Parts: sequence; C-alpha cells; structure tokens
Amino acid sequence: MSLGKHLLGTEGLGAEEITLILDTAERMAEISARPLKKVPALRAKLVVNLFFENSTRTRSSFEIAEKRLSADTLNFSASTSSVQKGETLVDTVLNLERMMPDCYVMRHSSPGAHQLILPFTKASVVNAGDGAHEHPTQALLDAFTIRQKKGGFKGLEVLICGDIAHSRVVRSNIHLLKTMGAKVTLCSPATLMPPHMDSLGVKVLHDFDEALAGKDVVMMLRMQLERQQKGLFPSLREYYQTYGLTEERLKRASSDVIVMHPGPINRGVEIASEVADGPYSVILDQVENGVSVRMAVLYLLLGGGEDEASH
Amino acid sequence: MKLLIKNGRLVDPASGTDATLDVLIEDGKFAAVDKSISSRGVEVFDATGMVVAPGFIDMHVHLREPGFERKETIATGLAAALAGGFTGVACMPNTNPVNDCASVTNYILNRAKASSPVAVYPIGSVTQGQKGEDLSPFAELQEAGAAAFSDDGLPVKSSKVMRRALEYAGSLGMVVIDHCEDLDLAHGGSINEGKVSARLGLRGIPAEAEVLMIRRDLTLARMTGQRVHIAHVSTKLGVDVIRVAKKRRVPVTAEATPHHFSLTEDSVASFDSNYKMNPPLRTKEDVDAVIEGLADGTLDAIVTDHAPHAYEEKLVEFDRAPNGIIGLQTAVPLAIDKLVLPDKISLKRLVDAFSCAPARILGLNEKGRVAPGLGADLTIFSLRKETFLRPQDIKSLSKNSPFLNQKIRGAVIAAVIGGIIYPVKE
Repeated sequence: MSLGKHLLGTEGLGAEEITLILDTAERMAEISARPLKKVPALRAKLVVNLFFENSTRTRSSFEIAEKRLSADTLNFSASTSSVQKGETLVDTVLNLERMMPDCYVMRHSSPGAHQLILPFTKASVVNAGDGAHEHPTQALLDAFTIRQKKGGFKGLEVLICGDIAHSRVVRSNIHLLKTMGAKVTLCSPATLMPPHMDSLGVKVLHDFDEALAGKDVVMMLRMQLERQQKGLFPSLREYYQTYGLTEERLKRASSDVIVMHPGPINRGVEIASEVADGPYSVILDQVENGVSVRMAVLYLLLGGGEDEASH
Repeated sequence: MKLLIKNGRLVDPASGTDATLDVLIEDGKFAAVDKSISSRGVEVFDATGMVVAPGFIDMHVHLREPGFERKETIATGLAAALAGGFTGVACMPNTNPVNDCASVTNYILNRAKASSPVAVYPIGSVTQGQKGEDLSPFAELQEAGAAAFSDDGLPVKSSKVMRRALEYAGSLGMVVIDHCEDLDLAHGGSINEGKVSARLGLRGIPAEAEVLMIRRDLTLARMTGQRVHIAHVSTKLGVDVIRVAKKRRVPVTAEATPHHFSLTEDSVASFDSNYKMNPPLRTKEDVDAVIEGLADGTLDAIVTDHAPHAYEEKLVEFDRAPNGIIGLQTAVPLAIDKLVLPDKISLKRLVDAFSCAPARILGLNEKGRVAPGLGADLTIFSLRKETFLRPQDIKSLSKNSPFLNQKIRGAVIAAVIGGIIYPVKE
C-alpha cells in the first residue's frame, strides 16, 4: 500500500490509503513526544511551501512537520513574491522547478489550481487548500482526531455546520468520512449552502437544533467574514442566535459528543467560549494532530528516505 | 469560368430539394441544377457520396481584430472559417475599439476583403462602447455594412435601453442579438450552478440567470413588435420559454452552439479551462433540451461563438481564465456527429440551421439557397468521413478547443464562394 505521488484531495482516496495515513500519523505523534523531536527521514529533501493565500495555522503546521522530518524548507508567499509583478502560477512553478524541489505544499484561492501545475513539475504536490474545493490534510487530521476519540468511523453521526459555501474543509471531510463509513449531515442557512450539496451523499438541514439531535461529532466551521459577500446573512448577532453552538444547544447532541473546529475560531459567532473551552471540545487536539498527520503525508509521499539509506 | 459540382446530394431546404443532382456555376453564379449536366469544357468537382448545401454562415464569431490580434486576426479567423466550411461569418463587436461606428465597420470589411473570400457581416454594438447606456448610431452602422446589433459578451442590462434598441433597430429592419444573462444572479460564477459546482467549490451560474433575461427580452419583443435574437441558448428553461413565445407569435429567433449540444458540466471536473465558457456547460437535461430545440426549430441557427484566447491566457487558474473556445473548424463535424448521425435532427434541418436560418435572421436575401442567378456559395461535406484535428491543423491563431486530437464523425470537404471552390486540405 502506498499513497501515490500527490495528495490533491480526499475525493477518490480509498479507505486503505486513509488508514495508512492515520496509522503512520500515530507513529509520527510518538516522534513529537520525544525530548529530541526530529528524525532524519526527509533529510536533503526540499519542500516548498507555496502559499498564494494567507495562512498561519496550516503553514506553520506543515513547516513544523517538515522540520521534524529534517526536510529543507522554502517558504514562498504571494505577498512577497513575483506574483505581485504579474507572474503566472505556471511561470512561478517553472522557475521554482529549477531549484529542484521534491515537494510543493500549495495553498491557492482557486479551485483546481493544483491540477494546473501538475504538467509542469516533477515534484510531489500536496494540496494545502484550493479555494472552496479541498483541504485534504485538514480532513485527515480531523479523521485522526475522531478515530482517537471515538475509536472508528462506522455509523458515526457527524454534523458539519456553518459557512458551507466557502469551505474547502467541508468537501474534504464529506469525501473522507463517507469513505470511512460515517454519516454526514450539513447545516447552515440556505444562503451559505450551495444547491445540490445533497448530491455528495449527505443530508442537508437548515434547522440547527434539529440537526444537532443525537450527533456524535459536531464540527463547526469558521464564519469566514473576509470572504463573505454582503447579504448572505443579516447580522452576526442573528447568526449566533440561530447557528451559534452554545452549551444549551449542545445538550441535544449525543452525551459523548466531541466538538471540532478547523480554526481559527470566532468566539461568540459560530461557537460560544464555554463550548470551545469546554469538556467536549477537541479543537486544540486537532491542532496538535495536524502536525502528526502532515508528517505522515510528507513521509509517505516523499518515500521516507529509506531508499537512500539502503543504497 | 464554369464549375460543375457533379453527383452530389444537393440539400436545399429553400426549394425543398434533397436529391442527387449536378450544380453548374457560371461566372460566380448558379447557372443550372439538373440530373446530369454535361461536363464538357467545365471544371468538374466530383461530389459523389457528399452532401452539397447552400453556403454555411456562422452568425456568431469573435474575430478579435481590431485590438486583440494576439488571440486572432481577421485573416486567421477567416482562414479557420473557410477550413470549417463557412462561406460567411458575422463578427461580434467586442473588439478594441468596439465596433460602434462606421469607421470600425469599414476597417473590418476592408481587412476581410483583403485577406479572404469568406464574406464578413460585421455586427455593430447596441450601445456605444458596449457600455449599456447610449445607443450606437444604428443607421450609420447599417449604411457601412453592419448586419445586426449586439453587445455580445454582455447583456443589454437596462430594460429601457433594450426597448429603445429594439424599436430603433426595428425601424431600420434590423435585428438585435442579446447575450441573455442576469449579471447580478450570475455574479462571480465560472461554471453551471449544479452538482459539479457543489463538488468542485467553484461558484455557479444558475440556469435561471439565462432564462430571466430571455423572459425580459421576449416581453420587450412582444411589447415593441420588433425582432430579438437570443444568442447561445444553453438551458432547458431557456428553450422552453422561447418555444412558448414562438407559439404566441412573439418575433423571436434563437441559436445554439455545438459545445452546448455536445458537452455537459461534467467535463469541468478536469479543471481544464478549455471547458470554461459563458454561458457555461450545463447538464445532460439541458443538452437534450437544446438538441430538441434545434430539432423542432425553437432554436433556429447553429453558431460557434468562436472565441479565440491566447495559450497563456487560458493557462491560468480555472476561475481566472477567460470564457470561450474556438469552434469554426469543429462545428459542422460536431453537428453531424451529435445531431444528424444519431437521428436527432434531419440533414435538411442541419442545412437550415447552418445556412438558411442565419441568412433569414440577418436579412441576407440572396444567401442560404441554391437558385439560378444567385451568387454561388456552397458548403460540401461528408457524413462518412471523419475529422481529426491536431493543434497544428487549426487555422486560428488560438488553439483553445476541447475537441482537438479526437475523432469526430463527419467532415467538411470544400467550400464554394462566388463560384470558386476551396477544398479543405487534409
């Protein structure tokens, strides 16, 4: 079992591949727990973190994962690069290509941007988010966290609530969770729910209280203020009243529910502080697990350095 | 100068002809159509096994010149038209400068005449600079040779301006062509709103954005009694309302493109920007409705919406890529492959949609039929031969087509323009 060369999305990823990544991530978590948090697995591999969109959390998480595996890293962000001078994505990659990278970890605001660069690179490509399309390592770290807390996925009732329309996290989670046998429900006002989401094999609800009933996992999405078109909901106050996850509301869910959030959280918008910081929250576990999962993905894609060692 | 097209299957909807006949052309004009015309002393083109039809006219083409010569020039666009079997094309005014005055129309006509035998029918803009505000000088444009008016690429957003355009163009006997899209509703979309947009996270353009504007135009056409032509209908909703309007004798005509009857939104999953167009590729249900609309005449004409874009312009992120594909060299084969051979439309209807209908809509009284005395324009094609185009076979400056490197059943064999035959080189 191997992962192939790229990780562009969770769509099309099989249960065996997902399990391989999660199992590998557990071994990676052990590395992070050591006093000396570093192994030479990706020594002399060059990983380019190619971020065309702002990101602190995901980029830091990838960078830490790369460093723990001893890869060389180059951080390339659009705000300080030639992209501002009008260079196209393909030209940027053609230039970087001559620096012999082994992997690009790329975030881009356009869905499918990774497909565009594939013909122009010999390196592995990891999708760190493409528009509202996919964010596979987020879904994998979510899965890692769910497995950690729940032991598995079969028959789990998962609710994802919030800004579905602008979320890449939701699509990656739907594909992965369905492949692993969980049942997924989406909830948001219709203005934040693209038509036909049900064609992805999920249940679509608009009443948050109804949607919460009996759920084992509740995943709240960030209300992405910076990406909102005006008029998708009347006010933050009203949003919190209708779709904010409060302690009171959470009582409708299963008694051993876990509450997740890809971060960064907006306290008092999509989630109450008491819930975010409360006993059911696994939000910070997700952050921790992100590093392990990304280490696993990089390790599996880049061959883990074992081949070189055996020469 | 005499040319005899021998033993072809002449399909001429205007005269109701569909039979193996010889066509004699003399001094650029049709001289005789008969069963067996003597070939003595004339140049003979053996059309055995081929279909001979009145010259095809593509009434929706972007030639890009003046202003966007990196994408296409009038010369290269017309070379593609000729290779695609078209004897005439109508070119959209979204050039730079916009074709909103006689000098631009004259420029286009002069360049065309100098570079190709293919007839060019320039379309003037509805509004000055395509800004949607003040009407272009329709009479001046008509005098210079404009064949219709359109702000294509953009709808005429203001209902008041559209009403005035219909009234004013109508009083000159001219038609207004509208690109029907409610821009507010379509805002930010790059593909059809549906299952594929939900899956890919691309913003969608709902079918309703098209039908809302079609409905408005139909209302204004009925109100003014003046003709409106609906460009590139892509939705079942659109086809349905036009069908009803025609039954109620609203003065409306409409067109469809080969990509809208050949491809669905599913193609977009590859994120290949050669599947990005406006209107976007729709669902299977929409494709079926477009085909049905072409079959029953709800949609009068087949047009390419030939939209060349340079290699580097299309080689960008999908949502940032410009809309449109080239189509002149693939339109006729696609219509044969997707419509005629599967028995969705008759051969006669195909010829009508490519020749008679555009001539009728643009008011080209001497085109779209084969009759002694008329200028001899013919399109000769084969239902049996196949087309396989590599990028280097494309005469357009731009190669942005999703139909390259694949077999399409049907092939254009030659075009005759003004009595001169131009075989398609293999």
